[in-house]
Amino acid sequence: MRVELKEKFIEKILLLIAFSSISILALIAFFIFGEGLPLIWKIGPKSFLLGQRWVPSQGSFGILPMIVGSFWVTFGALLLGIPLGLACSVFLSEWTPPWAGMILRSGIQVLAGIPSVIYGFWGLIVLVPLVRNFLGGPGLSILSGSLILSIMILPTIISISEDSIKALPPSYKAGALALGATHWETIWRVLIPAARSGIVASIILGMGRALGETMAMIMILGNAVKMPSSFLDSARTLTTNIGIEMGYAIGDHRQALFATGVVLFLIIMLLNSLALVLSRRRTA
Amino acid sequence: MIWMAALSTMTVMALIIIQVLSEGLPVLSLRFFLESPRSMGREGGILSPIIGTIALTIVAIIVATPLGVGTAIFLGEYTREGKVSRVIRFGIGCLAGVPSIIFGLFGFVFFVIYLNMGWSILSGGLALAAMILPTIICTAEEALRAIPYALREVSYSLGGTRWQTVTRTILPNAMPGIFTGIILGVCRSIEETAVVILTAGSSLIIPTSLFSPVRTMSVHFYILAREGISMEMAYGTGAALILLVLLVNIKANFLLNRYVRKKR
Repeated sequence: MRVELKEKFIEKILLLIAFSSISILALIAFFIFGEGLPLIWKIGPKSFLLGQRWVPSQGSFGILPMIVGSFWVTFGALLLGIPLGLACSVFLSEWTPPWAGMILRSGIQVLAGIPSVIYGFWGLIVLVPLVRNFLGGPGLSILSGSLILSIMILPTIISISEDSIKALPPSYKAGALALGATHWETIWRVLIPAARSGIVASIILGMGRALGETMAMIMILGNAVKMPSSFLDSARTLTTNIGIEMGYAIGDHRQALFATGVVLFLIIMLLNSLALVLSRRRTA
Repeated sequence: MIWMAALSTMTVMALIIIQVLSEGLPVLSLRFFLESPRSMGREGGILSPIIGTIALTIVAIIVATPLGVGTAIFLGEYTREGKVSRVIRFGIGCLAGVPSIIFGLFGFVFFVIYLNMGWSILSGGLALAAMILPTIICTAEEALRAIPYALREVSYSLGGTRWQTVTRTILPNAMPGIFTGIILGVCRSIEETAVVILTAGSSLIIPTSLFSPVRTMSVHFYILAREGISMEMAYGTGAALILLVLLVNIKANFLLNRYVRKKR
């Protein structure tokens, strides 16, 4: 009897632990929304989201330039990151001789392990002068940021799409080859379409990472608050807006930064749920 | 074409590492590791950031490991797939995608202000713990799943209760996998800048208690580089940071490989 009681007790404790892990997410949402929402209501959601002026000292808080900046940078990163990531994952799952696969795989692991501040620093020292000298503009630009971000999201894209290509039943490949397709046709026409939902999930997660990156972007983007009009313009993203000004913000200004966090949180949650649904469909 | 992609990825990685190491390694010396930074980091070494990094990481791991492994045991051994486990998994998936700056904001308003812990090792460690929790849960779950079902059957058939099965049979076998997750968590805590800068402050004084503010190596590197205090010191810190992360990564890889081999 005592043993049974103990077992029940332990089960309840584990349940409690599992739910407290989840409750962290709820806690995060509660506190960020609690700090941010009042300001959004105060100045109106429309003028907050669509306002183009961000002058905290005068009490004008419009984050449209940051939203647009975030999407430019992310879009740029995906433009380069998707083809490169897909090619690497195909290389790893289909083409690679074992030794090359091992080198590339550990290389990608190292890439995932390099601190983001070091990416930012390298971008600042190496990429920014290159962009400034060859393409003009300030160098601290969306282009430099996108290039660095595309490298930073590679590990995410590669590992998840590689998994989803590898998880396909071997009969797909065998069937395509038996019908006379070449190796490349098999990859391009059969394997990639079949692994589509996993690949899309990996891209969405990579997009989430790109939108969420802060420190590297503070160092590279130049942080000007204005609507970007070309890839050579400097820009500010939602994350860098928080990262730069959080150090000294007080009152409404601080609340506005939390409100920026609310917008970021909502966008990321949307992307995450999408990716989770997609990858569940893959396993089902 | 495909070879090109793989090659260029490797090249970029090599470029980044070589750039930082070639400028940074000459700065490294025993004194660099054993002295605290002087005059904002222009001179001296990186002793206090090293201590800060270690302290924050330890707090994060101590908090996140029991929570993470407990959650994984609950998901793997105590529930069937159903509504409850689906909700928990979804929540963990979402938590894994939350950007670090959000963890920073949360840590700032909840630990630093609401719970009144101030900028401290404790606040920073707890915020980091929340951030690395999904990593630890997912790796531990994988490790539990990799254990052959026969082991559980044997334990049950000998009259073992569920908890006895978990503690005497499953956990010892899953240890290397769980440990890998913990090391990945260590890596993420070492790398992280945004969370730490908002929750642990950036003091250069050697901490004396859990409530002292600290600066980690990543934050130190960031401040040196961004404010242009000293490129030499920045490179040195960067090189130390890369070496540390590589070392921890290699250790994790080694463990994982040994673990996989043993299972086969």
